[in-house]
Amino acid sequence: MSEVYILGTDMIRFGRFPDKTVPQIGAQAALMALDDAGLGIRDMQALYCGNLFQASAMVGQRILQEIGQTGVPVVNTANACATGATAFREAWMAIKAGMYDLVLAVGVEQMGKGLLGGTGGARGIPKEGLLGSGTMPAVFAEAGMEHARKYGTTFEQFAKISVKNHHHSTLNPKAMYQKETPLEEVMNAEMIAYPNTKLMCSVNVDGSAAAVLASERKARELGMQRAVRVRASVLTSDPWQERDLVMPDVNTCTRNAAKAAYEMAGVGPHDIDLVELHDCFATAEMLHYENLGLCGDGEAGKMIDEGQTALGGRIPVNVSGGLLSKGHPLGATGIANLYEVSTHLRGEAGKRQVAGAKLGLTHVIGLGSACAIHVLEKVS
Amino acid sequence: MAENGKAGGPLPVVDYLKLPEDGEPYLEGHKCGACGAIFLGARATCAKCGARDRMAAVKLANTGSLYAYSIVHRSFPGIEVPYVSAIVDLDGGGTVKGNLIGIEPDPKKIAFGMPVEVVYKDALGRKDKEGNAYISFFFQPRAA
Repeated sequence: MSEVYILGTDMIRFGRFPDKTVPQIGAQAALMALDDAGLGIRDMQALYCGNLFQASAMVGQRILQEIGQTGVPVVNTANACATGATAFREAWMAIKAGMYDLVLAVGVEQMGKGLLGGTGGARGIPKEGLLGSGTMPAVFAEAGMEHARKYGTTFEQFAKISVKNHHHSTLNPKAMYQKETPLEEVMNAEMIAYPNTKLMCSVNVDGSAAAVLASERKARELGMQRAVRVRASVLTSDPWQERDLVMPDVNTCTRNAAKAAYEMAGVGPHDIDLVELHDCFATAEMLHYENLGLCGDGEAGKMIDEGQTALGGRIPVNVSGGLLSKGHPLGATGIANLYEVSTHLRGEAGKRQVAGAKLGLTHVIGLGSACAIHVLEKVS
Repeated sequence: MAENGKAGGPLPVVDYLKLPEDGEPYLEGHKCGACGAIFLGARATCAKCGARDRMAAVKLANTGSLYAYSIVHRSFPGIEVPYVSAIVDLDGGGTVKGNLIGIEPDPKKIAFGMPVEVVYKDALGRKDKEGNAYISFFFQPRAA
C-alpha cells in the first residue's frame, strides 16, 4: 500500500464570521491549502468534507460550488468533534486503497455562542438541572472529577492547563484569543461547572482548515521538500463501560486509538516531539496525558505542575493554544490540529516552533464517542 | 408504553422511574442474563456482549455512593443554579445521574464515595405542555 503525504495544509484564523456562509468559510481554507501545495482544484480527484451542524446540507458540494465544480466524488462526514479528523482519515484511506493520487480534505464549522449539550429530550419536561446536567462543561467536569477521585488532582492543576494553553496562543497569530491568563485569573473566572471556569472551556468560534493528501508516487513527482508523512491514522468508538449511560467515557476509546496508532507508526509515546490533543475543557487535557501514554497513570498532575507539556518542556502539548484559546469550530478542529503539527514538522511555526520536531501526534474526541489519532512525520 | 403512574396523578420524569399503583416508587434496570450488564430503559439486545432477548427488568437499589460530580453554576436559560450534578453507583449495580440535594454546593462539603439514598419528589414544579406534573428522583446524603 502507498504511503500517504500531506502536500499542502492551512487554516484560516479562527473567529466569528456571521456574514459568511459555511461553504464560504470552508472554501477559504480549501484554497489556502491548495495554494500551499502549489495545486488547483482541478488536480483534486475527490473531496472529503467534515462539518457537523449542517451535516444534511451537502457542505462539500457547496464548497466546490464556491471554488470549482469539477464533478469529482464528494463525501460529507459528521462525527461530533472528530468530524474533521474523520474526513481527513477517509481521504487517507482512499489513497491507501489506491483509488486516487491527490485528494482534498476540508473541515469547517460555524458556531453559535453559548453552552453545548442536550436538554434531555423533547418528551415530557426538560431534564437539565433536574437529572443532573447534560451541558458539555459539566459532562467534562465529571470526567475530570473521576480523575480527582482516583489521584487527588486539584482545581489548581486543572486551571494550570488553561494558563499554559492561553500562553501558547499568544505565539499563534491564527488563534482566536492571544492573551495571557494568569492562574488567578483562570481560577477566579466565572465558574461554569466546577472545576471548569469560563477560561477552562473551549471557545466557540467559526473556522476552517484543509489539507491536500497525496500518494507516494504523486508526492515524489511533485516534490517532497515540505511534505509530511502520515505514519498512522486510527479511528475508534467507545467500547461498553458500566457507567456509559450517564457518564460518557472519553478515556478507553483514546487509549485504544493511541495503542493502535503507536503500533501502526512503529513508535512509542517517548518518540513524539509534540501533541495537539482535544482540550475541549481543561479537565479533558489532564485525562489525555495519561490516555496517550505521555506519562504513567496518576502522573498527569505532576506533568502540568512541572511544565513538562509547555513549549520548551519534555513533550509540548497544544502549542497552538489548543481548543481553549485557539478556538474549537467542531468540524474544523481535527484538520486544524493536523495543520499545526505539520507546520512544526516543516519548521515553519515561527515563535512557537517546537525545536527539531520530527514526529507529532494529533488527537480529537467526538463525544458519543469517536476518537481519531494521527501520527505525522517530517520527511526531509 | 405500559401504564406507569397512578391514573390522573403525576407522571414519571423518565421511563426507568417506576410509579406502581400500589407501592413505593423505584428505579428500574434491565439486566442482561448472559453477561450481567445493567441498562436503564427497556432494550432487546445487550450493548456489552451482544446477546439478544436476554434482558430482564430488575428493581435497582435506593442506596448507593457518589462516584463523581460537578457543581453547575451556569446552565441553559431558565434553569436554576447552582446545583450538583451527581453520578451515583447504586448498591447491587446500575449507575444513575441526578441532582444531589441536601448538601451545600461546595466541593469542600462533597466527598467521593459518600453514601447517598435515592428520594422521589415533585420535579421542581416543572410541568409539560398539557399541564401534567412529574415525579423525579434525587440523591441525598445518608449516614453510612
